[in-house]
Amino acid sequence: MSDLDQFRAETRAWLEANCPDEMRQPMNGFDDACWGGRNYVFASDAQKIWMERMAEKGWTVPLWPKEYGGGGLSKAEGKVLAQEMRRIKARSPLSSFGIWMLGPALLKFGNEAQKKEHLPKIARGEIRWCQGYSEPGAGSDLASLATKCEDKGDHYLVNGQKVWTSYADKADWIFCLVRTDQNAKKHEGISFILFDMESSGVEAKPIKLISGRSPFCETFFEDVKVPKDNLVGELNKGWTIAKYLLTHEREMIGGQSEGVARPMSEVAAGFLGLENGKLADSMLRAKIAEAEIDEWAYNNTIARKLGEAKAGASLGADSSMLKYYGTELNKRRYELLMDAAGHDGLEWEGDRSQDGELSRMWLRTKGNSIEGGTSEIQLNIISKHILQLPGA
Amino acid sequence: MALILNEDEQMLRESADGFFADKAPVKALRTLRDERDETGFDKSLWKEMCDMGFAGVLVEEDHGGVDMGFMAAGLIAEQMGRNLTASPFLSSAVLAATALRHGGSAEHKSNWLPKIASGETIMALALEEGRKHNPKATNMAAERSGNGFKLSGHKCMVLDGHVADQLIVAARTSGEAGEPDGLTLFLVDPKSSGVETERTIMVDSRNAARIDFDDVEVDADAVIGEVDNGIAVLNKIVNAGRAVMSAELLGTGGEAFKITTDYIRERKQFGTEIGSFQALQHRSSHLYSEVENARSAVLAALTALDNDAPDTDLIVAMTKAKVGTVAKLAGLEGVQMHGGVGMTDEYDIGLYLKRIRVAQELFGDAHYHMDAIAEMKGY
Repeated sequence: MSDLDQFRAETRAWLEANCPDEMRQPMNGFDDACWGGRNYVFASDAQKIWMERMAEKGWTVPLWPKEYGGGGLSKAEGKVLAQEMRRIKARSPLSSFGIWMLGPALLKFGNEAQKKEHLPKIARGEIRWCQGYSEPGAGSDLASLATKCEDKGDHYLVNGQKVWTSYADKADWIFCLVRTDQNAKKHEGISFILFDMESSGVEAKPIKLISGRSPFCETFFEDVKVPKDNLVGELNKGWTIAKYLLTHEREMIGGQSEGVARPMSEVAAGFLGLENGKLADSMLRAKIAEAEIDEWAYNNTIARKLGEAKAGASLGADSSMLKYYGTELNKRRYELLMDAAGHDGLEWEGDRSQDGELSRMWLRTKGNSIEGGTSEIQLNIISKHILQLPGA
Repeated sequence: MALILNEDEQMLRESADGFFADKAPVKALRTLRDERDETGFDKSLWKEMCDMGFAGVLVEEDHGGVDMGFMAAGLIAEQMGRNLTASPFLSSAVLAATALRHGGSAEHKSNWLPKIASGETIMALALEEGRKHNPKATNMAAERSGNGFKLSGHKCMVLDGHVADQLIVAARTSGEAGEPDGLTLFLVDPKSSGVETERTIMVDSRNAARIDFDDVEVDADAVIGEVDNGIAVLNKIVNAGRAVMSAELLGTGGEAFKITTDYIRERKQFGTEIGSFQALQHRSSHLYSEVENARSAVLAALTALDNDAPDTDLIVAMTKAKVGTVAKLAGLEGVQMHGGVGMTDEYDIGLYLKRIRVAQELFGDAHYHMDAIAEMKGY
């Protein structure tokens, strides 16, 4: 038996023994995930046990080095773990911006003390992070951000405002882009800093969205004192880190439709039923077939691009392609599910619709192609960096 | 799933790339077309392809092939697709080789496979009968007669049918059109009495034929596979055809995209390159995404065939649908972005559009396969 086969056998046995049955059911959307953090209330004992057991093995972040709370797995072993988890339909034990975004950035740009301090807490689900990027005047043109960060000798002083800060009201710490040089060109005066959301002068106000829910906040900073050790990388070189982290964010957002979600056709058949073995709406049947083909091909592209990239390396501009295509697909998925659900899918309140779960998810997905850089921005990046079209 | 090429495959891809670009570029197709070449492909090119082992890519070594599998066949086809290379590769080296390998008797194999691999014999598949691909609808009659069978009916879209030395013919020995059971495959010499072949000049300047069969007699040993259960072998043949044709179409669509992108980088209007306009950039970037997805699909289909994966039918159907749709978009955008010159015969993009139209139709268009995958998935 090869080492990898041996690893597969052990992994399979361990998962069988340690993954609770409740954690082998499909998630009802993004909000059903386990997020961790200081004040996190677990949805069930099973969710807590599953996260703790996986964290114990370092498998909440299987590819990170063991010294930082990771599993220290090779890329091939990580793939086996993912396959074995998929085999039993195991949920991801822990979802967080710390895992998807800050972790990879710290591994690449953080100093030893920062890695030792922050990475294990991310891996164990102890600290929940949020991302301070967009501002009212800096959306697609992110580099024009204005949140001011001044050097006060023994500390930095931060003043300004962020917006679209996901779960800022629930997060413990923030990784934040700030302007540290007012006179430099816009990309060259930005720094990347970390601070505690309980610091004096930080306030997060949830924004009510078209879905009626508030996953995003406006976040205000008034004279927030930040220790100087919390600067990641070099002063005024934060844009490099910001871009690196964005490629990870794009991979994360683009990949949301993958994995444990139920096939569209299955959900649609549940709503509409079959006639002579065919979905009882022949036009919708064709559109769903087409969307499922596109989804399958796209999932193969994710696997291929991750396989082609060197272990731990970023996908570069291809992350824009995955983000663009994946989010557009996810919007298509919810349009088709709303078509299939018909009148029932329009209910907004009440137990029958689980308080409009489908219609609210449908509305939530509209943001997928806006957050993390709009589809149009991703297409610009592909034009410039991959197709090398003039003037892009 | 091995979606990444290994070293051998990368080497094959590079050598095929150089070979076709050098020996069979688009202008070779123009010459065949303009000179109304009777064969419809370059015989000396085919000989060289056979010498390189391409014709034996799916033939076992015992029978003179190199047996490199579908991934290799797909890589060769992709390069042919990029260059619009006309050759009997698909009909003889893929379809017929697959038919004989999976359905041929020991005698069929030893008689024919070495000749397919060497290029001495060209074989064609006579399957289609109507306007649209639909193997189950095969209705050509094969009645028992003496020691063998008598074939009567009409076939169309027989690729390389007018130059084939042997035909593999799908006919119905029992049951009704529309039923998968009752089909049988036969090896037929096109010089037999009662066979009449009409070469059809197609929109892509490539080879096809309509063939009439009028009481054509064949022996019992002409049967490939089992009588009445031809669908088993036929399914392997059409899967091979769909996957390798998808690989070719990926090459054609991908190249159409590339020459278009090259064009908009250079072409100037309003004092600047038209490729600097966001209206074209965004459509090009979308197309890039789709071509990448089409490539992933093709690699998955070729891998599934090589591994004889249990869900091969589904994967191959999804692939043909996806690549057909993507290549079509590449052809359409290609002509539009070329503007006026895209409508001229002088520019190659039109030849790509025409070939894509044919290739997306062969072995089932996107609608056929969307219906098929819905059925396979139970909706």
